[in-house]
Amino acid sequence: MTNLTQPLHDHHKHCDELFAAAEADAHGNKWDSCEDALTRFREELEAHFCTEEQVLFPAFETATGMAGGPTQMMRFEHAQMRDLIGQLSAALAARDRDAFAGTAETLLIMMQQHNMKEENILYPMCDRSLPSDTVDVAGALKQRLEAECLV
Amino acid sequence: MHPNLSFEQAPPISVPYRFFLTAPWFGVAAGLLLAWLGEDAFASRWTPGILAITHLLVAGFMLQAMCGALLQFIPVAAGGNVWKPRLLAACVHPLLILAAALLVTAFLTTESRLFLAASHLFALALGAYVLVVGTALVRTPGQGNTLWALRFAVVGLAVTLILGVLLAQALGGLHSLSLIEVTQVHAAWGLGGWALMLVFGVSYYVVPMFQLTPAYPAWLAKALPPAMLGVLSLWSFQLSGRVDGWQRGVFIAGLATAGVYAVATLYLQAKRRRKVSDPTLVLFRGAMFALLAIFASGLLFVLIPSLGEEAMAPLWIGVLAIPGVFVSVISGMLYKIVPFLNWLHLQQLAGLTQVPPNMRQMIPERAITGQMRLHFGAVAAMLLAVPVPSLSRAAGLLFAASCAWLGWNLVTGVRAYLRFKGRILAADSGHES
Repeated sequence: MTNLTQPLHDHHKHCDELFAAAEADAHGNKWDSCEDALTRFREELEAHFCTEEQVLFPAFETATGMAGGPTQMMRFEHAQMRDLIGQLSAALAARDRDAFAGTAETLLIMMQQHNMKEENILYPMCDRSLPSDTVDVAGALKQRLEAECLV
Repeated sequence: MHPNLSFEQAPPISVPYRFFLTAPWFGVAAGLLLAWLGEDAFASRWTPGILAITHLLVAGFMLQAMCGALLQFIPVAAGGNVWKPRLLAACVHPLLILAAALLVTAFLTTESRLFLAASHLFALALGAYVLVVGTALVRTPGQGNTLWALRFAVVGLAVTLILGVLLAQALGGLHSLSLIEVTQVHAAWGLGGWALMLVFGVSYYVVPMFQLTPAYPAWLAKALPPAMLGVLSLWSFQLSGRVDGWQRGVFIAGLATAGVYAVATLYLQAKRRRKVSDPTLVLFRGAMFALLAIFASGLLFVLIPSLGEEAMAPLWIGVLAIPGVFVSVISGMLYKIVPFLNWLHLQQLAGLTQVPPNMRQMIPERAITGQMRLHFGAVAAMLLAVPVPSLSRAAGLLFAASCAWLGWNLVTGVRAYLRFKGRILAADSGHES
């Protein structure tokens, strides 16, 4: 068993911090700094999703032959979260504090449940089935953080 | 079974909701009964009235909410597969309502046939529940401290049930028992081994999730459930009918275990990275302070025996524990679970084409905050009514009003779900035609 998914564990915590900052800014009606925080959060989370969808999940699916199982569910949840982030951006643009708070609350629970499923089930499955030199998760994440996601 | 299967095993929304929607109305009944009985109810913990009120809360409000929540929680948090959850809920839910109603009526009328009928119904309903839920928790490939706490909680429920059935049979004249000692053990397993154990397991999962706190230290999360189980096993020596002096130490050890959990939870919540507060956080913290107050009161009662021997001492602890700790935690959890489950089920129904309302559009925030304040007011009034029984009618009415408001808030949430579900289905049929 390797721990090649460790950078993704750590990055979840980092994204949580950015989320909390954006939420607190909106709560305090600090919309300019909320915009900065939300942009950073969206970019980091998108880089995280892309690293999983483009690098980790395909490697796992190839190694195990499981293409329709947990990775498909995780992709679906990524789409749900992207949708919620779109709603957050709309609430920010409208300076709508209530809509921002309600959507942030929804995204938080969605995101935390998703992270727990990954950290408790999927990542350990990846660590068990992928040799450590198969994928460079940290490198892939860094690359996607520095540039636009490589589609 | 492969763990990946656990991803999509959440039960139909009707499974937890039928329990959640029922729970608060038992609280309303408890409050109204207290208001009706007035001062007499608080004369001692052994009056038929207080036994009826207690069981409306523990075998009505708490049992309904906790049984429903566990059915939702096992697949999501423990990766377990509950066998036919819809059928289980359809059988267990009405049986538990009937069993609790019969038991409460039995206490009020001291009719032995009602005690026997209630004991049979509880044995049937909870026996089936423990069997199905216990199997899911044993078979799950999941791991972790939450899972162990849930397993222990189901053991706690089973012990509470067995002792409760024996007590009801004794009150029904079927056999004789050391009623007081068996009741002490029954109550400890119910509150500590089932209810608090379940709260341990759920907290490990939701406290970090809701407020972005650090996780509970692994050693503590691992140690708390077996520590509580050990304390309860020692406490069960009273079943012999003899209560030795060292049981005072066991009592304090049990309260200290709960106190350590409360301190840890308050500490983690103080370290939360999410700065925005909400009613769930406040209700959870209120419950933790009540747990600490129980520890402090218990210590005082043991150190000053003349105080501990007062009839009001167990009533004081009971009010802190049942409305103070458990009704608070359950209310806080319901205010998170119901809006989120609404959103999740609507979102899955709508796909990505329609936008379901967000969590705060399910139950108005103002209604939640108002109900929460009324609840804390009612708990304070009930605590005051312990030394000042003339306040018990007012306290009962406040508690009934608070539970009715909770029930209404949940109905509002379900109506929001049904309204948007109707819209989604109408839009879909519009597309098709």
